[in-house]
Amino acid sequence: MSTTDMNTALVVDEEELRYARAQKREKIAKWVLPVVVIALAIFLWDRLVVWNEIPHYILPGPGLVLKTLVQDWGMLSSALLVTLKITLAALAVAVIGGVGLAILFTQSRYFEMSFYPFAVILQVTPVVSIAPLIFIYVDNRLAALLLCAWIVAFFPILSNTTLGLNSTDHNLRDLYKIYGATRWQRLRYLQLPTALPYFLGGLRIAGGLSLIGAVVAEYVAGTGGIGSGLAFRILEAGYRLNIPRMFAALLLIAATGVVIFTAASLLSHALLHKWHESAIKRES
Amino acid sequence: MTPPTSIPPMGQRAKLLDMSNVDKVFNGNVVALKDMNLTVNQGDFISLLGPSGCGKSTALRLISGLMRPTSGHIAWDGGMKTGDLGVVFQEPTLMPWATVEENVWLPFRLRGKSLRDVQDEIMWALKMVGLEKFQRAYPRELSGGMKMRVSIARSLVTEPRLILMDEPFAALDEITRHKLNNDLLELREKLKCTVIFVTHSVFESVFLSDRIVVMAARPGRVSSEVTVDAPYPRTEEFRTSADYAELCRKASDALHAAMNEHGARASA
Repeated sequence: MSTTDMNTALVVDEEELRYARAQKREKIAKWVLPVVVIALAIFLWDRLVVWNEIPHYILPGPGLVLKTLVQDWGMLSSALLVTLKITLAALAVAVIGGVGLAILFTQSRYFEMSFYPFAVILQVTPVVSIAPLIFIYVDNRLAALLLCAWIVAFFPILSNTTLGLNSTDHNLRDLYKIYGATRWQRLRYLQLPTALPYFLGGLRIAGGLSLIGAVVAEYVAGTGGIGSGLAFRILEAGYRLNIPRMFAALLLIAATGVVIFTAASLLSHALLHKWHESAIKRES
Repeated sequence: MTPPTSIPPMGQRAKLLDMSNVDKVFNGNVVALKDMNLTVNQGDFISLLGPSGCGKSTALRLISGLMRPTSGHIAWDGGMKTGDLGVVFQEPTLMPWATVEENVWLPFRLRGKSLRDVQDEIMWALKMVGLEKFQRAYPRELSGGMKMRVSIARSLVTEPRLILMDEPFAALDEITRHKLNNDLLELREKLKCTVIFVTHSVFESVFLSDRIVVMAARPGRVSSEVTVDAPYPRTEEFRTSADYAELCRKASDALHAAMNEHGARASA
């Protein structure tokens, strides 16, 4: 059904006017409400610290956290860069590995039977419990961090993409067969586009998970040496009871997570808004 | 794109396809189709009419080559190549991520032809179904009837020797269905194409076809054939004529006979 032409319909009666107003209100509220709530929470945090005269080594106020962020920006930004690098590299490898494995799974049932349990075992074992072993066996610290983050991030991409590749319309599959499509053509023109929304759903989850994986791995890795990330800075600041810096680093990690999620959502919208149900706005 | 000037009368048409003694058995014991014999001639509009479970869809899948008969033969006159066959399913079966023209392009795309190379063919097929202005639209922007037209355009685009339609209009409302029935007959007049049309509507089969193959269930088989000798072009006037009512009664009787008739293994 077309929704594009209906927008131009004239607003005539009272009920429709009311509806239009409600729509507009909702649109504004969608942005204003979260901002107001967050601002309120920060304000309360600030007042709590000031009124109760809480010392900054127990709970720093938001102002101090911000000041520390600016003051320590040199150290924190390079730490952010390290964490970001590991997170994005892990996500990239998870995408390549997850999609690649999913394609292999759909090409051969036997391959899937053989290796799917392996992937599940990897997924259900908590990364904190594998990480120490990885750091023993893998000499290169960066590679070890990457491996940890990858283990956490790749499964949602694998399982979602596999599901998507197997969700093709059976009539379309018949049609492809009738027109003599090769395996490769079927994969490229039918299965991959069908799997795209599923993959993007997996990507959104994997983006957050790769950040978690990177942070957890850093905690396990402990001592910094070269290329210390945000998690290491939090640990270090904790030992020194530098609570404001802990908060500042935490703020950066949270912001990174939000940015990754937003980027994945935008990508999803850009790729799907023309045709997929999830991205189509409906009247009423 | 130069079809013969007119469809010859029945009895003078060249043979296109022969199904002889075709059986299809599933899982070793479910007889989906038993001893089906059907000769399809060029220009025939054949309806397969019958209750569910009579093997109509099985017959189509056998003809389309998606399944092989358990025994018996299906032989095309001069052999069968990809592109000789167009298929329309009950659902429009369009790729939602592709535009109308990209959907119609599919049969050519799978043969390695670029969209630009076959632009003329695609526009011709879209014009045939009256959708030439919608080439860049996405399926979700179209109504149910329009989606079905795209599906028909896709089946026409290779100029197939035979078009198989598996209850294509069953999910549409009556008004749209009548419109599409009229347009389908017009298309057939223009293109002189051969159609096998599966339906469980007596009225639809009488309106469209010149041969109705009535099928019976358990096991699926051909029960009888009704010839619809009303002349084409058939219009809305035909739909309300006494001839049409009489032909519908004849087809309906044949269908009831098929449903009451006991098959060779009906009680087995």
